Amino acid sequence: MSDRKTLQIKQISGHSGPSPGFDMQRDAEVCKLIDTTICIGCKACEVACVEWNDMPFSPTTFDNTYQTMPATRWNFWNLIKFNEHQREDGTIQWLMRKDQCMHCADPGCLRACPADGAIVQYTNGIVDFQQENCIGCEYCVSGCPYDIPKFNPATKKVYKCTLCSDRVGGGLEPACIKACPTGCLKFGTKDDMKYIAEERAKQLRENFGFEKAGVYDPQSIGGTHVVYVLHDAENPERYGGLPRNPVIPWSYTVWKWLFKPVLGTFALFGLVGVLFHYVTVGPRLPQPQPPLKDSTPREKEI
Amino acid sequence: MSTAIERFDDKARDAFDRMGQNEVYEGELLRHRVYTRFLHWMVALFFFLALFTGFGIYMPWLFRWFTPIFGGGPLARAMHPWFGLGFVVFFALQMLNWIQPMTWTAADTKWIRNLRSTVSGKEKQDPPDTGFFNGGQKAQFWEIVGGSVVFLITGIILWKGARTFGCWPVAISYILHDISAVIMLGGIFIHIYLSTIGEPGTFQAMIRGAVSEAWAWTFHPAWYKEVTGRDPVQACEEARKRGQIAKQ
Repeated sequence: MSDRKTLQIKQISGHSGPSPGFDMQRDAEVCKLIDTTICIGCKACEVACVEWNDMPFSPTTFDNTYQTMPATRWNFWNLIKFNEHQREDGTIQWLMRKDQCMHCADPGCLRACPADGAIVQYTNGIVDFQQENCIGCEYCVSGCPYDIPKFNPATKKVYKCTLCSDRVGGGLEPACIKACPTGCLKFGTKDDMKYIAEERAKQLRENFGFEKAGVYDPQSIGGTHVVYVLHDAENPERYGGLPRNPVIPWSYTVWKWLFKPVLGTFALFGLVGVLFHYVTVGPRLPQPQPPLKDSTPREKEI
Repeated sequence: MSTAIERFDDKARDAFDRMGQNEVYEGELLRHRVYTRFLHWMVALFFFLALFTGFGIYMPWLFRWFTPIFGGGPLARAMHPWFGLGFVVFFALQMLNWIQPMTWTAADTKWIRNLRSTVSGKEKQDPPDTGFFNGGQKAQFWEIVGGSVVFLITGIILWKGARTFGCWPVAISYILHDISAVIMLGGIFIHIYLSTIGEPGTFQAMIRGAVSEAWAWTFHPAWYKEVTGRDPVQACEEARKRGQIAKQ
Protein backbone atom coordinates (compact mmCIF):
# COMPACT_ATOMS: atom_id res chain seq x y z
CA MET A 1 0.00 0.00 0.00
CA SER A 2 1.48 3.24 -1.14
CA ASP A 3 0.64 5.39 1.89
CA ARG A 4 2.13 2.79 4.18
CA LYS A 5 5.36 2.81 2.19
CA THR A 6 5.59 6.59 2.04
CA LEU A 7 5.10 6.95 5.77
CA GLN A 8 7.97 4.71 6.71
CA ILE A 9 10.47 6.70 8.80
CA LYS A 10 13.90 7.17 7.32
CA GLN A 11 15.40 9.85 9.62
CA ILE A 12 14.26 12.29 12.25
CA SER A 13 15.67 15.80 12.73
CA GLY A 14 17.58 16.66 15.91
CA HIS A 15 17.53 13.10 17.10
CA SER A 16 20.52 11.27 18.49
CA GLY A 17 20.84 7.54 18.46
CA PRO A 18 18.67 5.19 16.49
CA SER A 19 15.41 6.66 15.30
CA PRO A 20 12.38 4.86 16.64
CA GLY A 21 10.79 2.92 13.84
CA PHE A 22 13.83 3.29 11.60
CA ASP A 23 14.19 0.44 9.10
CA MET A 24 11.05 -1.11 10.45
CA GLN A 25 9.30 -3.24 7.89
CA ARG A 26 5.62 -3.36 8.53
CA ASP A 27 3.72 -6.35 7.27
CA ALA A 28 2.22 -5.01 4.10
CA GLU A 29 0.19 -8.12 3.31
CA VAL A 30 -3.37 -7.08 2.72
CA CYS A 31 -6.40 -9.10 3.64
CA LYS A 32 -10.13 -8.98 3.15
CA LEU A 33 -12.18 -10.15 6.11
CA ILE A 34 -15.65 -11.50 5.43
CA ASP A 35 -17.77 -12.01 8.50
CA THR A 36 -20.48 -14.32 7.19
CA THR A 37 -22.33 -14.02 10.49
CA ILE A 38 -23.36 -10.43 9.83
CA CYS A 39 -23.84 -10.62 6.08
CA ILE A 40 -27.45 -9.71 5.21
CA GLY A 41 -27.22 -10.75 1.56
CA CYS A 42 -27.92 -7.26 0.21
CA LYS A 43 -25.60 -7.80 -2.76
CA ALA A 44 -24.24 -4.27 -2.56
CA CYS A 45 -20.76 -5.76 -2.99
CA GLU A 46 -21.88 -7.49 -6.23
CA VAL A 47 -23.08 -4.19 -7.63
CA ALA A 48 -19.99 -2.31 -6.49
CA CYS A 49 -17.75 -4.93 -8.12
CA VAL A 50 -19.58 -4.76 -11.44
CA GLU A 51 -19.63 -0.95 -11.27
CA TRP A 52 -15.97 -0.41 -10.41
CA ASN A 53 -14.65 -2.97 -12.86
CA ASP A 54 -17.03 -1.68 -15.53
CA MET A 55 -18.33 -5.10 -16.47
CA PRO A 56 -21.43 -5.56 -18.59
CA PHE A 57 -24.20 -7.49 -16.93
CA SER A 58 -25.35 -10.58 -18.76
CA PRO A 59 -28.63 -12.52 -18.50
CA THR A 60 -28.63 -14.90 -15.59
CA THR A 61 -30.24 -18.13 -14.50
CA PHE A 62 -32.94 -18.20 -11.85
CA ASP A 63 -32.63 -21.33 -9.72
CA ASN A 64 -35.30 -20.62 -7.08
CA THR A 65 -32.88 -19.00 -4.67
CA TYR A 66 -31.92 -15.44 -3.87
CA GLN A 67 -28.59 -16.02 -5.57
CA THR A 68 -27.92 -13.72 -8.52
CA MET A 69 -26.54 -16.58 -10.63
CA PRO A 70 -25.38 -20.16 -9.99
CA ALA A 71 -21.65 -19.36 -10.10
CA THR A 72 -19.26 -16.50 -10.77
CA ARG A 73 -18.60 -15.57 -14.39
CA TRP A 74 -15.82 -13.93 -16.35
CA ASN A 75 -17.70 -10.65 -15.98
CA PHE A 76 -19.15 -11.30 -12.52
CA TRP A 77 -16.40 -11.84 -9.97
CA ASN A 78 -18.27 -11.37 -6.73
CA LEU A 79 -21.26 -13.52 -5.88
CA ILE A 80 -23.18 -13.95 -2.65
CA LYS A 81 -23.96 -17.63 -2.29
CA PHE A 82 -27.19 -18.32 -0.43
CA ASN A 83 -27.23 -21.68 1.32
CA GLU A 84 -29.94 -23.18 3.46
CA HIS A 85 -28.76 -25.52 6.17
CA GLN A 86 -31.20 -27.54 8.22
CA ARG A 87 -30.15 -27.85 11.83
CA GLU A 88 -30.73 -31.02 13.83
CA ASP A 89 -33.78 -29.50 15.55
CA GLY A 90 -35.38 -28.89 12.17
CA THR A 91 -34.85 -25.13 12.06
CA ILE A 92 -33.24 -23.55 9.05
CA GLN A 93 -30.01 -21.63 9.10
CA TRP A 94 -29.53 -19.27 6.18
CA LEU A 95 -25.85 -19.11 5.35
CA MET A 96 -24.65 -16.35 3.04
CA ARG A 97 -21.12 -16.28 1.77
CA LYS A 98 -19.48 -13.79 -0.51
CA ASP A 99 -17.71 -15.91 -3.10
CA GLN A 100 -14.73 -14.45 -4.94
CA CYS A 101 -11.03 -15.09 -5.49
CA MET A 102 -9.34 -16.06 -2.24
CA HIS A 103 -5.92 -14.67 -3.24
CA CYS A 104 -4.11 -17.73 -1.89
CA ALA A 105 -0.60 -17.38 -0.51
CA ASP A 106 0.29 -20.39 -2.69
CA PRO A 107 -1.89 -19.78 -5.75
CA GLY A 108 -2.80 -22.89 -7.75
CA CYS A 109 -3.67 -20.81 -10.80
CA LEU A 110 -0.21 -19.28 -10.86
CA ARG A 111 1.40 -22.70 -10.48
CA ALA A 112 -0.59 -24.15 -13.34
CA CYS A 113 -0.17 -21.19 -15.70
CA PRO A 114 2.45 -21.75 -18.41
CA ALA A 115 2.33 -18.23 -19.85
CA ASP A 116 5.03 -15.75 -18.94
CA GLY A 117 3.57 -12.96 -16.87
CA ALA A 118 -0.08 -13.91 -17.24
CA ILE A 119 -0.55 -14.29 -13.48
CA VAL A 120 1.35 -12.24 -10.92
CA GLN A 121 1.35 -12.30 -7.15
CA TYR A 122 2.22 -9.03 -5.47
CA THR A 123 4.12 -8.88 -2.19
CA ASN A 124 0.93 -7.61 -0.60
CA GLY A 125 -0.67 -10.96 -1.42
CA ILE A 126 -2.91 -9.94 -4.32
CA VAL A 127 -2.97 -12.49 -7.15
CA ASP A 128 -3.72 -10.70 -10.39
CA PHE A 129 -4.26 -11.83 -13.98
CA GLN A 130 -2.53 -9.88 -16.74
CA GLN A 131 -4.81 -10.59 -19.69
CA GLU A 132 -2.39 -9.28 -22.30
CA ASN A 133 -0.10 -12.23 -21.55
CA CYS A 134 -2.85 -14.84 -21.15
CA ILE A 135 -3.03 -17.49 -23.89
CA GLY A 136 -6.39 -18.88 -22.76
CA CYS A 137 -5.22 -22.44 -22.09
CA GLU A 138 -7.43 -22.59 -18.98
CA TYR A 139 -4.87 -24.58 -16.97
CA CYS A 140 -5.45 -22.06 -14.15
CA VAL A 141 -9.06 -23.26 -13.94
CA SER A 142 -7.82 -26.74 -13.09
CA GLY A 143 -5.23 -25.39 -10.63
CA CYS A 144 -7.76 -23.39 -8.61
CA PRO A 145 -9.35 -25.15 -5.61
CA TYR A 146 -12.18 -22.58 -5.54
CA ASP A 147 -13.28 -22.63 -9.21
CA ILE A 148 -12.63 -18.92 -9.61
CA PRO A 149 -10.90 -18.20 -12.96
CA LYS A 150 -13.51 -17.93 -15.71
CA PHE A 151 -12.92 -18.10 -19.44
CA ASN A 152 -14.35 -15.53 -21.82
CA PRO A 153 -14.86 -17.26 -25.19
CA ALA A 154 -15.01 -13.92 -26.99
CA THR A 155 -11.56 -12.72 -25.95
CA LYS A 156 -10.18 -16.25 -25.32
CA LYS A 157 -8.76 -15.10 -22.00
CA VAL A 158 -9.44 -15.80 -18.35
CA TYR A 159 -10.70 -13.28 -15.81
CA LYS A 160 -11.23 -13.12 -12.07
CA CYS A 161 -11.40 -10.85 -9.03
CA THR A 162 -8.34 -8.58 -8.76
CA LEU A 163 -8.99 -7.64 -5.11
CA CYS A 164 -9.24 -4.22 -6.77
CA SER A 165 -5.47 -4.09 -7.18
CA ASP A 166 -5.97 -0.80 -9.00
CA ARG A 167 -7.70 0.71 -5.96
CA VAL A 168 -5.42 -0.91 -3.38
CA GLY A 169 -2.38 0.34 -5.28
CA GLY A 170 -3.77 3.83 -4.87
CA GLY A 171 -4.31 3.40 -1.15
CA LEU A 172 -8.04 2.70 -1.36
CA GLU A 173 -10.02 -0.28 -0.13
CA PRO A 174 -11.58 -2.69 -2.66
CA ALA A 175 -14.94 -1.61 -4.09
CA CYS A 176 -16.88 -4.36 -2.31
CA ILE A 177 -15.54 -3.22 1.07
CA LYS A 178 -16.60 0.34 0.42
CA ALA A 179 -20.13 -0.75 -0.51
CA CYS A 180 -20.79 -3.08 2.44
CA PRO A 181 -23.41 -1.51 4.73
CA THR A 182 -23.15 -3.88 7.70
CA GLY A 183 -19.42 -3.92 8.35
CA CYS A 184 -19.36 -7.56 7.38
CA LEU A 185 -16.50 -6.76 5.01
CA LYS A 186 -13.27 -5.35 6.39
CA PHE A 187 -9.95 -4.64 4.77
CA GLY A 188 -6.50 -4.15 6.22
CA THR A 189 -3.27 -6.00 6.90
CA LYS A 190 -3.36 -9.75 7.22
CA ASP A 191 -2.33 -9.60 10.88
CA ASP A 192 -5.00 -7.06 11.77
CA MET A 193 -7.73 -8.93 9.94
CA LYS A 194 -6.68 -12.25 11.46
CA TYR A 195 -6.82 -10.62 14.90
CA ILE A 196 -10.26 -9.13 14.35
CA ALA A 197 -11.51 -12.42 12.88
CA GLU A 198 -10.27 -14.43 15.85
CA GLU A 199 -11.81 -11.96 18.29
CA ARG A 200 -15.12 -12.14 16.46
CA ALA A 201 -15.02 -15.94 16.40
CA LYS A 202 -14.33 -15.95 20.14
CA GLN A 203 -17.25 -13.59 20.69
CA LEU A 204 -19.50 -15.88 18.64
CA ARG A 205 -18.39 -18.91 20.62
CA GLU A 206 -18.68 -17.33 24.05
CA ASN A 207 -21.61 -14.94 23.73
CA PHE A 208 -23.79 -16.14 20.88
CA GLY A 209 -23.80 -19.88 21.29
CA PHE A 210 -22.03 -20.73 18.03
CA GLU A 211 -19.72 -23.28 19.61
CA LYS A 212 -18.01 -24.22 16.38
CA ALA A 213 -17.47 -20.66 15.16
CA GLY A 214 -14.05 -20.07 13.71
CA VAL A 215 -11.88 -18.48 11.07
CA TYR A 216 -11.39 -19.91 7.58
CA ASP A 217 -7.78 -19.36 6.51
CA PRO A 218 -6.72 -22.77 5.09
CA GLN A 219 -3.07 -23.54 5.79
CA SER A 220 -2.94 -26.26 3.13
CA ILE A 221 -2.38 -23.49 0.59
CA GLY A 222 -0.37 -21.27 2.94
CA GLY A 223 -3.38 -19.25 4.02
CA THR A 224 -5.47 -16.89 1.95
CA HIS A 225 -5.70 -13.13 1.65
CA VAL A 226 -9.45 -13.37 1.99
CA VAL A 227 -10.51 -14.86 5.32
CA TYR A 228 -13.96 -15.81 6.54
CA VAL A 229 -15.54 -15.88 9.95
CA LEU A 230 -17.92 -18.85 9.87
CA HIS A 231 -20.63 -19.91 12.33
CA ASP A 232 -19.44 -23.44 11.81
CA ALA A 233 -15.78 -23.55 10.84
CA GLU A 234 -15.79 -27.35 11.04
CA ASN A 235 -18.12 -27.64 8.04
CA PRO A 236 -17.08 -25.02 5.51
CA GLU A 237 -18.69 -27.15 2.76
CA ARG A 238 -22.08 -25.89 3.94
CA TYR A 239 -21.24 -22.43 2.68
CA GLY A 240 -21.65 -23.28 -0.98
CA GLY A 241 -18.77 -25.71 -1.38
CA LEU A 242 -15.92 -24.06 0.50
CA PRO A 243 -13.26 -26.82 0.59
CA ARG A 244 -12.03 -27.79 4.04
CA ASN A 245 -8.50 -28.57 2.86
CA PRO A 246 -8.01 -27.02 -0.57
CA VAL A 247 -5.21 -28.64 -2.56
CA ILE A 248 -3.32 -27.79 -5.71
CA PRO A 249 -2.69 -30.80 -8.01
CA TRP A 250 0.91 -31.89 -7.34
CA SER A 251 1.43 -32.61 -11.00
CA TYR A 252 1.75 -28.93 -11.81
CA THR A 253 4.68 -28.45 -9.49
CA VAL A 254 6.50 -31.61 -10.48
CA TRP A 255 5.93 -31.32 -14.20
CA LYS A 256 6.32 -27.62 -14.71
CA TRP A 257 9.41 -26.96 -12.68
CA LEU A 258 11.26 -30.21 -13.23
CA PHE A 259 10.35 -32.45 -16.13
CA LYS A 260 9.13 -29.83 -18.56
CA PRO A 261 12.42 -28.00 -19.08
CA VAL A 262 14.45 -31.20 -18.72
CA LEU A 263 12.44 -33.16 -21.29
CA GLY A 264 12.20 -30.17 -23.61
CA THR A 265 15.97 -29.99 -23.62
CA PHE A 266 16.08 -33.74 -24.15
CA ALA A 267 14.04 -33.37 -27.34
CA LEU A 268 16.51 -30.77 -28.58
CA PHE A 269 19.31 -33.27 -27.92
CA GLY A 270 17.52 -35.45 -30.47
CA LEU A 271 18.15 -32.75 -33.07
CA VAL A 272 21.76 -32.34 -31.99
CA GLY A 273 22.10 -36.15 -31.93
CA VAL A 274 21.11 -36.71 -35.55
CA LEU A 275 23.35 -33.88 -36.75
CA PHE A 276 26.20 -35.35 -34.73
CA HIS A 277 25.50 -38.74 -36.30
CA TYR A 278 25.61 -37.17 -39.75
CA VAL A 279 29.05 -35.64 -39.29
CA THR A 280 30.59 -38.55 -37.37
CA VAL A 281 29.09 -41.79 -38.68
CA GLY A 282 27.70 -40.31 -41.85
CA PRO A 283 24.81 -41.30 -44.05
CA ARG A 284 24.12 -44.84 -45.17
CA LEU A 285 24.20 -44.89 -48.92
CA PRO A 286 22.34 -47.36 -51.15
CA GLN A 287 24.79 -50.09 -52.10
CA PRO A 288 25.17 -51.18 -55.69
CA GLN A 289 23.18 -54.31 -56.36
CA PRO A 290 24.99 -57.59 -56.71
CA PRO A 291 25.55 -58.38 -60.38
CA LEU A 292 22.99 -60.88 -61.49
CA LYS A 293 23.71 -63.90 -63.61
CA ASP A 294 21.65 -62.79 -66.53
CA SER A 295 22.58 -59.14 -66.54
CA THR A 296 25.59 -56.89 -66.64
CA PRO A 297 26.27 -54.89 -63.51
CA ARG A 298 23.91 -51.97 -63.29
CA GLU A 299 25.15 -48.48 -63.00
CA LYS A 300 24.71 -46.87 -59.69
CA GLU A 301 21.42 -45.07 -59.64
CA ILE A 302 20.45 -42.02 -57.57
CA MET B 1 -14.55 -55.93 -40.35
CA SER B 2 -11.04 -56.11 -41.63
CA THR B 3 -12.28 -56.92 -45.10
CA ALA B 4 -14.46 -53.81 -45.02
CA ILE B 5 -11.41 -51.77 -44.09
CA GLU B 6 -9.40 -53.39 -46.88
CA ARG B 7 -12.18 -52.72 -49.38
CA PHE B 8 -12.34 -49.06 -48.28
CA ASP B 9 -8.58 -48.81 -48.46
CA ASP B 10 -8.42 -50.39 -51.94
CA LYS B 11 -11.13 -48.04 -53.20
CA ALA B 12 -9.22 -45.06 -51.82
CA ARG B 13 -5.96 -46.27 -53.38
CA ASP B 14 -7.57 -46.66 -56.78
CA ALA B 15 -9.36 -43.32 -56.59
CA PHE B 16 -6.15 -41.52 -55.68
CA ASP B 17 -4.18 -43.37 -58.36
CA ARG B 18 -6.60 -41.94 -60.91
CA MET B 19 -6.07 -38.43 -59.49
CA GLY B 20 -2.29 -38.57 -59.33
CA GLN B 21 0.33 -40.78 -60.85
CA ASN B 22 3.02 -43.18 -59.78
CA GLU B 23 6.05 -42.45 -61.96
CA VAL B 24 8.45 -45.36 -61.97
CA TYR B 25 11.53 -45.07 -64.16
CA GLU B 26 13.82 -47.82 -65.39
CA GLY B 27 15.61 -49.49 -62.49
CA GLU B 28 13.11 -48.27 -59.93
CA LEU B 29 10.45 -49.91 -57.82
CA LEU B 30 7.08 -48.49 -56.78
CA ARG B 31 7.04 -48.07 -53.02
CA HIS B 32 4.24 -45.72 -51.99
CA ARG B 33 1.13 -45.12 -54.06
CA VAL B 34 -0.64 -41.76 -54.30
CA TYR B 35 -3.09 -42.40 -51.46
CA THR B 36 -0.32 -43.34 -49.03
CA ARG B 37 1.72 -40.28 -50.01
CA PHE B 38 -1.32 -38.02 -49.65
CA LEU B 39 -2.05 -39.38 -46.18
CA HIS B 40 1.58 -39.10 -45.14
CA TRP B 41 1.78 -35.43 -46.08
CA MET B 42 -1.57 -34.60 -44.53
CA VAL B 43 -0.41 -36.26 -41.31
CA ALA B 44 2.86 -34.33 -41.57
CA LEU B 45 1.05 -31.03 -42.20
CA PHE B 46 -1.25 -31.40 -39.22
CA PHE B 47 1.56 -32.75 -37.08
CA PHE B 48 3.63 -29.63 -37.63
CA LEU B 49 0.69 -27.26 -37.27
CA ALA B 50 -0.20 -28.93 -33.98
CA LEU B 51 3.45 -29.04 -32.93
CA PHE B 52 4.11 -25.38 -33.65
CA THR B 53 0.92 -24.18 -32.00
CA GLY B 54 1.68 -26.59 -29.13
CA PHE B 55 5.10 -24.98 -28.58
CA GLY B 56 3.32 -21.80 -27.60
CA ILE B 57 1.30 -23.64 -24.97
CA TYR B 58 4.19 -25.79 -23.73
CA MET B 59 6.56 -22.90 -23.07
CA PRO B 60 5.04 -19.53 -23.97
CA TRP B 61 8.08 -17.63 -22.70
CA LEU B 62 10.38 -19.50 -25.04
CA PHE B 63 8.14 -19.30 -28.11
CA ARG B 64 6.90 -15.75 -27.65
CA TRP B 65 8.56 -14.86 -30.97
CA PHE B 66 6.97 -17.83 -32.67
CA THR B 67 3.27 -17.76 -31.73
CA PRO B 68 2.51 -14.55 -33.70
CA ILE B 69 2.74 -16.73 -36.83
CA PHE B 70 -0.50 -18.29 -35.66
CA GLY B 71 -2.03 -14.98 -34.62
CA GLY B 72 -0.76 -14.93 -31.04
CA GLY B 73 -1.05 -17.17 -27.99
CA PRO B 74 -4.84 -17.28 -27.56
CA LEU B 75 -5.47 -18.01 -31.23
CA ALA B 76 -2.73 -20.65 -31.32
CA ARG B 77 -4.32 -22.24 -28.27
CA ALA B 78 -7.77 -22.11 -29.87
CA MET B 79 -6.55 -23.71 -33.12
CA HIS B 80 -4.27 -26.34 -31.57
CA PRO B 81 -7.07 -28.85 -30.77
CA TRP B 82 -8.38 -28.64 -34.34
CA PHE B 83 -4.94 -29.25 -35.80
CA GLY B 84 -4.56 -32.14 -33.38
CA LEU B 85 -7.89 -33.55 -34.48
CA GLY B 86 -6.77 -33.32 -38.11
CA PHE B 87 -3.61 -35.19 -37.23
CA VAL B 88 -5.53 -37.95 -35.45
CA VAL B 89 -8.05 -38.34 -38.29
CA PHE B 90 -5.44 -38.56 -41.03
CA PHE B 91 -3.19 -40.78 -38.98
CA ALA B 92 -6.14 -43.10 -38.36
CA LEU B 93 -6.55 -43.45 -42.14
CA GLN B 94 -2.80 -43.92 -42.46
CA MET B 95 -2.99 -46.64 -39.86
CA LEU B 96 -5.71 -48.49 -41.79
CA ASN B 97 -3.56 -48.08 -44.88
CA TRP B 98 -0.44 -49.47 -43.23
CA ILE B 99 -1.69 -51.84 -40.57
CA GLN B 100 -0.84 -54.87 -42.68
CA PRO B 101 2.81 -54.06 -43.61
CA MET B 102 3.36 -52.69 -40.09
CA THR B 103 2.55 -55.99 -38.37
CA TRP B 104 5.35 -56.85 -35.97
CA THR B 105 7.40 -59.95 -36.79
CA ALA B 106 10.37 -61.81 -35.33
CA ALA B 107 12.62 -60.15 -37.92
CA ASP B 108 11.74 -56.76 -36.43
CA THR B 109 12.72 -57.84 -32.93
CA LYS B 110 16.03 -58.96 -34.42
CA TRP B 111 16.38 -55.65 -36.23
CA ILE B 112 15.86 -53.71 -33.01
CA ARG B 113 18.44 -55.89 -31.20
CA ASN B 114 20.82 -55.10 -34.04
CA LEU B 115 20.20 -51.35 -33.68
CA ARG B 116 23.61 -50.51 -32.25
CA SER B 117 25.56 -51.73 -35.25
CA THR B 118 23.10 -50.06 -37.64
CA VAL B 119 23.42 -46.69 -35.91
CA SER B 120 27.22 -46.95 -35.65
CA GLY B 121 27.32 -47.50 -39.40
CA LYS B 122 29.07 -50.87 -39.19
CA GLU B 123 26.52 -52.54 -41.38
CA LYS B 124 26.19 -51.17 -44.85
CA GLN B 125 23.03 -53.11 -45.60
CA ASP B 126 20.05 -54.01 -43.50
CA PRO B 127 19.65 -57.67 -42.53
CA PRO B 128 18.35 -59.86 -45.38
CA ASP B 129 15.02 -60.51 -43.64
CA THR B 130 14.12 -56.80 -43.47
CA GLY B 131 10.77 -56.42 -45.22
CA PHE B 132 8.75 -53.50 -46.54
CA PHE B 133 9.25 -51.70 -43.22
CA ASN B 134 12.10 -52.35 -40.81
CA GLY B 135 11.82 -52.72 -37.05
CA GLY B 136 12.65 -49.09 -36.41
CA GLN B 137 9.95 -47.83 -38.74
CA LYS B 138 7.43 -50.16 -37.19
CA ALA B 139 8.45 -49.14 -33.68
CA GLN B 140 7.93 -45.50 -34.59
CA PHE B 141 4.63 -46.28 -36.28
CA TRP B 142 3.27 -48.07 -33.22
CA GLU B 143 4.65 -45.36 -30.94
CA ILE B 144 2.63 -42.83 -32.94
CA VAL B 145 -0.45 -45.07 -32.76
CA GLY B 146 -0.13 -45.20 -28.97
CA GLY B 147 0.80 -41.54 -28.78
CA SER B 148 -2.21 -40.56 -30.87
CA VAL B 149 -4.55 -42.42 -28.54
CA VAL B 150 -2.98 -40.59 -25.59
CA PHE B 151 -3.19 -37.32 -27.50
CA LEU B 152 -6.84 -37.85 -28.36
CA ILE B 153 -8.02 -38.80 -24.88
CA THR B 154 -5.95 -36.26 -22.94
CA GLY B 155 -6.49 -33.69 -25.68
CA ILE B 156 -10.26 -33.83 -25.37
CA ILE B 157 -9.93 -33.49 -21.59
CA LEU B 158 -7.64 -30.45 -21.96
CA TRP B 159 -9.81 -29.01 -24.71
CA LYS B 160 -12.99 -29.01 -22.67
CA GLY B 161 -10.97 -28.25 -19.56
CA ALA B 162 -11.60 -28.30 -15.84
CA ARG B 163 -15.07 -26.82 -16.36
CA THR B 164 -16.21 -30.13 -17.83
CA PHE B 165 -13.86 -32.76 -16.41
CA GLY B 166 -12.74 -31.31 -13.06
CA CYS B 167 -9.28 -30.40 -11.84
CA TRP B 168 -7.48 -33.71 -11.50
CA PRO B 169 -8.17 -35.19 -14.95
CA VAL B 170 -6.81 -31.99 -16.48
CA ALA B 171 -3.78 -31.89 -14.21
CA ILE B 172 -2.89 -35.48 -15.15
CA SER B 173 -3.74 -35.13 -18.85
CA TYR B 174 -1.45 -32.12 -19.03
CA ILE B 175 1.54 -34.31 -18.12
CA LEU B 176 0.62 -37.24 -20.39
CA HIS B 177 -0.06 -34.92 -23.33
CA ASP B 178 3.34 -33.26 -22.90
CA ILE B 179 5.23 -36.55 -22.51
CA SER B 180 3.60 -37.91 -25.65
CA ALA B 181 4.53 -34.73 -27.51
CA VAL B 182 8.14 -34.79 -26.36
CA ILE B 183 8.56 -38.44 -27.43
CA MET B 184 7.03 -37.70 -30.83
CA LEU B 185 9.20 -34.62 -31.22
CA GLY B 186 12.31 -36.68 -30.55
CA GLY B 187 11.05 -39.28 -33.03
CA ILE B 188 10.41 -36.73 -35.77
CA PHE B 189 14.05 -35.62 -35.75
CA ILE B 190 15.17 -39.19 -36.39
CA HIS B 191 12.41 -39.70 -38.98
CA ILE B 192 13.32 -36.57 -40.96
CA TYR B 193 17.05 -37.25 -40.70
CA LEU B 194 16.82 -40.83 -41.95
CA SER B 195 14.37 -40.00 -44.72
CA THR B 196 16.49 -37.19 -46.14
CA ILE B 197 20.22 -36.88 -45.54
CA GLY B 198 20.65 -39.93 -43.33
CA GLU B 199 19.73 -42.45 -45.99
CA PRO B 200 19.87 -40.71 -49.40
CA GLY B 201 17.30 -41.87 -51.93
CA THR B 202 14.55 -42.30 -49.35
CA PHE B 203 12.79 -38.97 -49.74
CA GLN B 204 11.61 -39.62 -53.30
CA ALA B 205 9.57 -42.56 -52.00
CA MET B 206 7.17 -40.02 -50.51
CA ILE B 207 7.37 -37.59 -53.45
CA ARG B 208 7.18 -39.68 -56.62
CA GLY B 209 6.50 -42.92 -54.82
CA ALA B 210 9.40 -44.76 -56.43
CA VAL B 211 12.78 -45.84 -55.11
CA SER B 212 15.83 -47.21 -56.88
CA GLU B 213 16.40 -50.94 -56.86
CA ALA B 214 19.74 -50.35 -55.17
CA TRP B 215 17.99 -48.50 -52.38
CA ALA B 216 15.47 -51.28 -52.01
CA TRP B 217 18.03 -54.06 -51.79
CA THR B 218 20.20 -52.07 -49.39
CA PHE B 219 17.54 -51.11 -46.88
CA HIS B 220 14.72 -53.58 -47.44
CA PRO B 221 16.23 -56.79 -48.93
CA ALA B 222 13.23 -59.01 -48.17
CA TRP B 223 10.88 -56.55 -49.87
CA TYR B 224 13.28 -56.35 -52.83
CA LYS B 225 13.16 -60.10 -53.11
CA GLU B 226 9.39 -60.12 -52.88
CA VAL B 227 8.95 -57.53 -55.64
CA THR B 228 11.72 -58.47 -58.08
CA GLY B 229 11.79 -62.20 -57.40
CA ARG B 230 15.57 -62.05 -57.09
CA ASP B 231 17.26 -63.12 -53.88
CA PRO B 232 19.92 -60.49 -53.08
CA VAL B 233 21.81 -62.75 -50.67
CA GLN B 234 21.97 -65.60 -53.13
CA ALA B 235 22.89 -63.22 -55.94
CA CYS B 236 25.66 -61.82 -53.81
CA GLU B 237 27.13 -65.23 -53.10
CA GLU B 238 26.90 -66.30 -56.72
CA ALA B 239 28.55 -63.09 -57.84
CA ARG B 240 31.26 -63.65 -55.28
CA LYS B 241 31.81 -67.17 -56.64
CA ARG B 242 32.05 -65.80 -60.15
CA GLY B 243 34.53 -63.26 -58.87
CA GLN B 244 32.40 -60.33 -59.94
CA ILE B 245 32.58 -58.71 -56.50
CA ALA B 246 35.30 -58.84 -53.92
CA LYS B 247 35.02 -61.26 -51.02
CA GLN B 248 34.06 -59.57 -47.80
